[in-house]
Amino acid sequence: MKSRRRILQALASLPAAGFLRPLAAQGALDTAQFDQAVVEIFGPGQRVTPGRVTVSIPAISENGYSVPLGIEVDSPMTQADHVRELVVISQSNPLPVIARFQFGPRSGLAKVSTRIRLADSQRVYAVAQMNDGSLWSGYGHSIVTLAACVI
Amino acid sequence: MSDSPTIRLSVPSTARAGELIEIKVMIQHPMESGYRRGVMGERIARDIIKYFRCSLDGEVIFQTEFYPGVAANPLLSFYTRAEQSGTLLFEWIDQQGVTWSEQADLMVE
Repeated sequence: MKSRRRILQALASLPAAGFLRPLAAQGALDTAQFDQAVVEIFGPGQRVTPGRVTVSIPAISENGYSVPLGIEVDSPMTQADHVRELVVISQSNPLPVIARFQFGPRSGLAKVSTRIRLADSQRVYAVAQMNDGSLWSGYGHSIVTLAACVI
Repeated sequence: MSDSPTIRLSVPSTARAGELIEIKVMIQHPMESGYRRGVMGERIARDIIKYFRCSLDGEVIFQTEFYPGVAANPLLSFYTRAEQSGTLLFEWIDQQGVTWSEQADLMVE
């Protein structure tokens, strides 16, 4: 009787644990990889302000091997005020940094698009560094049906 | 890796002075991430294009550093403000330092 109860308890806890983990991974709170990548790229103690960066990514990606990504930064792109660099950071890919784009006043418009790989349903962040050194960020979230193979 | 990958450019041939133009470029490349395994379970070595650079008569307009998270046949779309006529040079450099390039002429009226 006792062992039967124990088995039932063990069985009941298994799917729950397995079900809760992906939910937690999808949640907004898991920013460890993003925070670490920002420190590695821009150095420690940098303040990243949310805003000015718009990330366009499909809400559902059927194929994680090729996900269209568009990023636009709100900036006049003049000699006095322009985006220096834009870094794409993944929340849960094996490598946090996906791409780095460098602009100058000659760019005219801080807008770029490409195609990326996503190993999991996750947020895709973009951090823009302006010529004054300030950091701004935005993100998009995509649910990936077929994840890009990483193992 | 083939010696001469297909490169596709979409650049307007003429533009008005001060006009924003969109440039689209694509290069054929597997962008092997280094995370995949072959049929025997062996790890397939990483082989990616690391840098892309677009310059107008020697002045760099836009640069990119790629990581394995970029999809195969990397496509880029970006902008520049047309100020003077010249030759746009597009260069891709892979992780071994192999370079592929393509040019396009831009006429600013």
